[in-house]
Amino acid sequence: MELLALFISAVFINNVILSRFLGICPFMGVSRKTSSALGMGGAVTFVMVGASLSTFAIYHLVLDKMDLQFMDLIVFILVIASFVQLTELIIKRFLPPLYRSLGIFLPLITTNCAVLFVALQNISQRFNLVETIVFAIATSAGFTLVLFLFSAIRERLDLADTPLPFKGNPIAMIVAALMALAFSGLAGLV
Amino acid sequence: MNQFENFRKGFLRENPAFVLYLGLCPALAISTTLNNALGMGVAVIVVLTIANTIVSLMRKITPMDIRIPVYIVIIATLVKMVELLMHAFTTDLYTALGVFIPLIVVNCIILGRAEAFASKNNVRDSIIDGFGMGLAFTWSLVLLGSIRQLLATGGLNLVNPFNQAVLFEFTIIPSEYTISMFNQPTGAFITFAMLAALFEVYKQKRMTSLKLKGKEVD
Repeated sequence: MELLALFISAVFINNVILSRFLGICPFMGVSRKTSSALGMGGAVTFVMVGASLSTFAIYHLVLDKMDLQFMDLIVFILVIASFVQLTELIIKRFLPPLYRSLGIFLPLITTNCAVLFVALQNISQRFNLVETIVFAIATSAGFTLVLFLFSAIRERLDLADTPLPFKGNPIAMIVAALMALAFSGLAGLV
Repeated sequence: MNQFENFRKGFLRENPAFVLYLGLCPALAISTTLNNALGMGVAVIVVLTIANTIVSLMRKITPMDIRIPVYIVIIATLVKMVELLMHAFTTDLYTALGVFIPLIVVNCIILGRAEAFASKNNVRDSIIDGFGMGLAFTWSLVLLGSIRQLLATGGLNLVNPFNQAVLFEFTIIPSEYTISMFNQPTGAFITFAMLAALFEVYKQKRMTSLKLKGKEVD
């Protein structure tokens, strides 16, 4: 039951994009087409779950045992960077069209704050292994959901007659504001 | 490009937040109050200036293929140092900014300046660039934070993070007329969109006036 609450809260209530403001760069950058939004969501999910598991293991088996807790940030970011590199190789080998449409944003998953946030949160909230996995899956599901919804709106937004200064990113931000407002209505869910 | 132009470019024309859309996560998340915005800004200035200096000093001995991991390790070390110092000396600010202090590591502005500027320029220019860009980012955060705090609470205040002494405090909007939405994520997105649109207006005005004068548009 607690795991379900953790899941729902990470997907809807404390949504990683709309209420914690993490991963805004790919949110603005890769949301022009629904297909690349889904691809990005998949890549982030893979990196987030993989990086959470490895950082969890490294923290509890190595850093904690050797009293090197202060090294967490440096170790975590290197683990995430390697995981992103691995994902890039896999996508390049098996899904070349997706690789081309994600472009520069694939290596930039390294600097997607959401991934590092999940790794740090697993430690600071003292999650156990199961909670870590659930939290990572839920956070990336929330990320993918919002990215997908947002990209579907943006495909239509391109055809809308927006005032010149608002064209492109500013109007997308307004859409994000309305989505945040809608999601805040789910706050009483858990 | 002269020194002053190098320092100044981030404030309007190449503003990291509102024009280049970099560092959006901290900009949106911690801009609820002027205090948090300024605290985050100063932390970014410190990290960015030192990171630019070190990257520039090491630019001739850093192998091209592994430069990004090298930069990330440099930045992560600096951020961890700033985090520990803030925990020790400015505990309230540290608690208020929370997870966003370690997340300075993944602030695109810092890695972006290391890659785009410090890895190609000498130390003096890199320091000026880092300090200027950091100040420009701080300026954007303060702008965003002041507007949000003013609309949400009706006033502004600034506290010395070292001893909690109130530096200034005033209220101009009576509490019946404040809009608490600006404390929430929705308010962050709306304020940001409005400011970004204003910067776009400035950019377009500047382009037209440059074209009228027959100058090259950069």
